[in-house]
Amino acid sequence: MYEISLLTVMSFSVIFALSLNLITGFCGQISLGHAAFYGIGAYSAALFTTDGGSFWLALPLAMAVAGFFGFIVGFASLRVRHDFLAITTMGVGFLFTGFVRQQDFLGGEEGIAGIPDPGIGQIPYMLLCAALATAVIAFSLYLKRSWMGHAFDAIATDEDTARTLGIDVARYKLTAFVFGTALAGLAGALFAHYVKFVEVESFDFIESISVLAMVIVGGIGSVWGVVVAAAFLSVLPLLLQVFADFKLLIYGVLLFTVMYFAPGGIDSLMRMLWRRISGRRTAG
Amino acid sequence: MDALLSITGVSVRFGGVNALADVGFDVPQGALLGLIGPNGAGKTTMMRAVTGMVRPQAGSIVLDGVEISRLPTHRRVRLGLGLSQQIVRPFAGMTAAENVALAAGYAKTADPLRALATASRDAERERARTLLDLVGIADAADALPAELPLGYLKRVEVARALALDPKVLLLDEPLAGLNTGEAARLADTVVDLNRQGTTVVLIEHNLSEVMRVCRHLVVLDNGRKIGDGDPAEVMADPAVRDAYLGAPKEGSGEARHAAA
Repeated sequence: MYEISLLTVMSFSVIFALSLNLITGFCGQISLGHAAFYGIGAYSAALFTTDGGSFWLALPLAMAVAGFFGFIVGFASLRVRHDFLAITTMGVGFLFTGFVRQQDFLGGEEGIAGIPDPGIGQIPYMLLCAALATAVIAFSLYLKRSWMGHAFDAIATDEDTARTLGIDVARYKLTAFVFGTALAGLAGALFAHYVKFVEVESFDFIESISVLAMVIVGGIGSVWGVVVAAAFLSVLPLLLQVFADFKLLIYGVLLFTVMYFAPGGIDSLMRMLWRRISGRRTAG
Repeated sequence: MDALLSITGVSVRFGGVNALADVGFDVPQGALLGLIGPNGAGKTTMMRAVTGMVRPQAGSIVLDGVEISRLPTHRRVRLGLGLSQQIVRPFAGMTAAENVALAAGYAKTADPLRALATASRDAERERARTLLDLVGIADAADALPAELPLGYLKRVEVARALALDPKVLLLDEPLAGLNTGEAARLADTVVDLNRQGTTVVLIEHNLSEVMRVCRHLVVLDNGRKIGDGDPAEVMADPAVRDAYLGAPKEGSGEARHAAA
């Protein structure tokens, strides 16, 4: 059924977008290559289950493998900041696609087909994805309130001053990278077992920009804003053919509009609207 | 040796410029030490060397028996340095109280995973309010930095440093930008803190407040130490008067060379 597909796509897209929000939104570390970790999760889960491995083990495995590479990339990124970090992570994205294209064991240009069905039926799979998305939303909301979120906030604003308050900036950044990339890996594994076919185009630079667009349109660092943006933007191409045809153009226009008129994204627009409504109410 | 902070032979060069040349001094436990000197003397560079924001080419910095000159900033802070910077840098998205509470939660932020395990900020918010009250700006607790004048932000910065329970409090021009009354009040607060046991290094341009509150002075000029000791004696030294207070315009260069 169509609605089930939409909800499934929405769910893993929300996990993917929140995983980047953790790194870029909470901890302030821009990444232009996040799709690589989505891909690492998808490929490692696909390899595992096509080789006869259990789907249920594939999920934590995808998280572990993506998180491991996230740790390495995070470690290499500790010395660079801002625009240099953007370029570095973009390079990581290209490195991933370039590597995968050359590897026979990853299917090269053809990708990996025939990924086995998790065998639980469409609706339970949708429910599983939705439950995991809900868990990731809850985790994000909690993290933001925790002392880790407090420290991330400081690092995102001014990491030099954070250091003068005794915060080990490097360890926090690494933690953000590991958490964020592991969750991207989870999203990738769910994606792979939904489409049952992975190819390198699904994890290229455009995909990295698309997920960044979800975070920016939602409002950098805002959990609910990013959830709404990811849910909406992920299913639009499925609902409207015109959106699928002009996806890049529309993303470009959206990014430009948000950055120019409402840098706080959906989150800040909602707050503005809420203030107007409640303001009118008190005035009336 | 009863020096809590001991600085020996610190040299910092930026390009070809000697910002600090072989400077050393001791900060005894319980001291209220004034670090003074004209603009460009190297005071802030010295403080940045102590906190690890600048890596000296040579020298040793020992805090409470631990050699810290090769440690990263956050480690030095956890060993007992508290820093209030000359140019205020509050976290813009946090209220004054949250800024201070973040520092007060230093035990909780020591380790990322332990930080994830705790969410309650009540104790730290309470402490933040106490400290903001101590520096005289309890009324600003819930204000965002953008809403506060410089005089308030200076004191948020001091409260934030105090929240770390430092063994040595480094204050870089905390009085700059405050009016006379505010400056005297904050200086009195520093004296109170010092009486309660906090060792303080005060970098200050406001010489009248420095002379009023400090019991020990170190004077820098052109990256060199030219005075170290009792404030009245140090200020009586002709070399210090010349460098710090300004010699007669004609022949000041010669006078300086003669003094050196």
